[in-house]
Amino acid sequence: MPDTKYLIVGSSHAGLAALEAIRLADAEGSITLLSKEGSLPYSPTVLPYVFSGMADADRVFLREDDYFKQMGVDFKRGSAVTELNAQKGQAVLETGETIGFQKALLATGARPQVPKIEGLSDCPFQVLRTLADAKALKSGMESARSAIILGAGLIGMHAAESLCEAGLQVTVVEMAGRVLPGYFDAKASGMIKSIFNEHGVKLLLGSPVTHVVANHNGCGVSLENGLDLSADMIMVATGVIPNWECLENQGIDGAQGVLVDDYMRTGLKNIWAAGDVTRSKSFFDNSPTYSGTLPMAVEQGRIAGASMAEDPGVKPFPGAVPLNTYSFFGNRSFSVGQAMATASGKKTEVNLIHIPSSNSYQKLVFNADRLVGAMGINSELDPGVLWRMIERQVELGDVKEAFAAKPKEIGRLLMNNLWR
Amino acid sequence: MGRSYHTIAFDAQKCNGCQECEKACAQAKAGVTDLVHSRIKVSPGRKEGEWGLALCRQCAQPLCVMNCPGGALSKDPVSGVVSWDESRCVGCKLCTLACAYAGITFNQATGQVMKCDFCGGDPACVKSCERGALQHLTGSDIYNEWGDLEDLFVPGISACLGCNSELLVRHTLRRVGPNTVVATPPGCIAGVGAVGVNGLTATKTPVFHPLLTNTASMLAGARRYYNRIGRDVTMLAFAGDGGAADVGFQSLSGAAERGEQIIFICVDNEGYMNTGVQRSSTTPYGAWTSTTPVGSVLRGKTRDAKPLPIIMLMHNCEYVATASTAYMEDYYQKLEKAILAAKKGMAYVHVFSPCPTGWRLPPARLIEAGRKAVQCNLMPLWEYESATGDMRFTHPVDNPLPVTDYLSMIGKYRHLSAEQTQHIQEHADRQVDLLRKFMQQRMDLAV
Repeated sequence: MPDTKYLIVGSSHAGLAALEAIRLADAEGSITLLSKEGSLPYSPTVLPYVFSGMADADRVFLREDDYFKQMGVDFKRGSAVTELNAQKGQAVLETGETIGFQKALLATGARPQVPKIEGLSDCPFQVLRTLADAKALKSGMESARSAIILGAGLIGMHAAESLCEAGLQVTVVEMAGRVLPGYFDAKASGMIKSIFNEHGVKLLLGSPVTHVVANHNGCGVSLENGLDLSADMIMVATGVIPNWECLENQGIDGAQGVLVDDYMRTGLKNIWAAGDVTRSKSFFDNSPTYSGTLPMAVEQGRIAGASMAEDPGVKPFPGAVPLNTYSFFGNRSFSVGQAMATASGKKTEVNLIHIPSSNSYQKLVFNADRLVGAMGINSELDPGVLWRMIERQVELGDVKEAFAAKPKEIGRLLMNNLWR
Repeated sequence: MGRSYHTIAFDAQKCNGCQECEKACAQAKAGVTDLVHSRIKVSPGRKEGEWGLALCRQCAQPLCVMNCPGGALSKDPVSGVVSWDESRCVGCKLCTLACAYAGITFNQATGQVMKCDFCGGDPACVKSCERGALQHLTGSDIYNEWGDLEDLFVPGISACLGCNSELLVRHTLRRVGPNTVVATPPGCIAGVGAVGVNGLTATKTPVFHPLLTNTASMLAGARRYYNRIGRDVTMLAFAGDGGAADVGFQSLSGAAERGEQIIFICVDNEGYMNTGVQRSSTTPYGAWTSTTPVGSVLRGKTRDAKPLPIIMLMHNCEYVATASTAYMEDYYQKLEKAILAAKKGMAYVHVFSPCPTGWRLPPARLIEAGRKAVQCNLMPLWEYESATGDMRFTHPVDNPLPVTDYLSMIGKYRHLSAEQTQHIQEHADRQVDLLRKFMQQRMDLAV
């Protein structure tokens, strides 16, 4: 007999969402939840706020011990899995301990990707993916006067802001031509960039790094354009790679993310996967895509849990939608769907509002009768309403004009009606 | 068992966009009238006079909670309220991305997110809505209070699809409990298996099958026997309108006059439904039945229904009430009083009971029909307690809907002419007027 009916490897958003979905359909089945961390579950997304001081490192946990008792879940901390064997239905822990399972969910997330840059591995650098990283970054920041951040994605930009607020001289180096290239168009990125510049953060865009050297006061970074930079600390925030290795040697390749189907099945017998460890189909073109966002982890976790528990109400994954919110220096922004699109042909229409005086920007992208993307900086729109309008492919028909004119009000009204 | 929660319901038809709810919310939550602080948002629609509502729905599986990286949002397992802990919020606004209904939104004035917290159980917005567009629904209390009690009616009975009587019997027995003897004379409830098939009964209480004529007297006899041996056992009759208003009337009237300690529930589906939809004395004017057909001469029933609840009011009962499964909380409260009253004398409860099969009513609209009947004043909900002499409407309808709102839902009224509809409207108005006069009279007597 297996030791547990459901084994969930990883206790962040995807794992917890799956756990709740399982309990909705199966009140009794044994659930074992593993975390490689020694702490209660937490979200990697909260970490920038931990080292900025906004969040108290002792109060960031997503669930308390009582919760697992109430849910009838065996929560094992400090349990890193080295092998999740589909054939044997068995997980092997780092400690050598084994756990048999009927069904397993891989929700191990991802870890920082360290680019292959000459000299980088010989230089002490910071990353941000675990609580330990956040604490190390915080203490490193205290003795530093300047910092170089490689990568202008969400982690890099969050770190830049916190380090800047802490009084450091901050330089962000990004290979792409703009900040947050995954979420914002040139206009919006430009606005974000100028706000960072106003606060004294230097952003070097379109600047590939050639090599890094450790020097007497920290490290030096040389760019392809010939510029040499130097700072007390260096942080690498150039993306993530999935923690998929426990599935190695079983005939699948998860280096770019473990590919899952519409029910989060991996193709390996009785093994599901959800969250940052996966690649799943894109909502817009069905091509395999890596999301790596918190909301997608929740969506996938819920589906995986329902599918594992054979919930008759399980709905297939509609596909990954790129989306996020981002707050910086008292400003707020969001991006949902095909927000980067530009107007083309008859089908794709773009509706733009830019008010420089209030630093606000709003963009709606339509494909024929449907909303397919939206973006906002200091905009009053409800990103959640827009996401679900996109996902449900709401045909706007004769409401389109009214929606384009009053997207906040009409969007709310439409979702209100759809709910009934 | 899980829990069920209160909710705020919005009726878009009744909303006129006055924003009083927003003012009340801002006042309650921020102490000012600036609407920027309101957690409830009325949204103008596409057309003039169309209004939508953005308000936290306190979801069962709240996505805002699941998407919060700081553990700042949580759902209270007792109240069901999704609450926001300012001290743990990091300001990432992922909750505003997770919520599909703009239930948690960014407040420009505070720079933080905000959401409805139900005002601790007494929502200010609902109280401010004079048009009744917002309602605080508390029906979940029935489930929380009584849901753990055993269902004393077995599954698998042979009632028609959507039968109101089954709903009624399940709720009633659950609340009245197993220390009960049930009498069900010939009629639908006995017919669906309550009194048994092949020696097995569908109730998990003792049940017997009196004649249509003697339900109240047999039950009275059983009660007297238990009284004599010193056992307090509840006596409960489920009789149809035939078994109460027509064939069973003399024994019911007699038992009421003698003050027999029984609960007599008349399940009024306005006709003899299990024998082929014949008219009874409670069949309303104009209704089609198989014995009041619709043809070139006859256009349904030509006489008004016998007002049995009012007749029972004149019988010195301990308790008389009308009820409907469409107002379940009201029914539970009345059942409570009936149980107590039956320790002293007769408790008579007249339950309005739409019948999908006999009335040509889609089962899915059964509860709606029950609601409309009350809202049109065709089945006013009221009660009388002998102990206090108090008689009152339990669900007063100040602005009744036209009776056509109800009649048009139901097949047995499909043929009605304008004159017939007019007759029904006038009759309904007269009945309510009569009830008001009774209530006035009793108040005068009390003074």
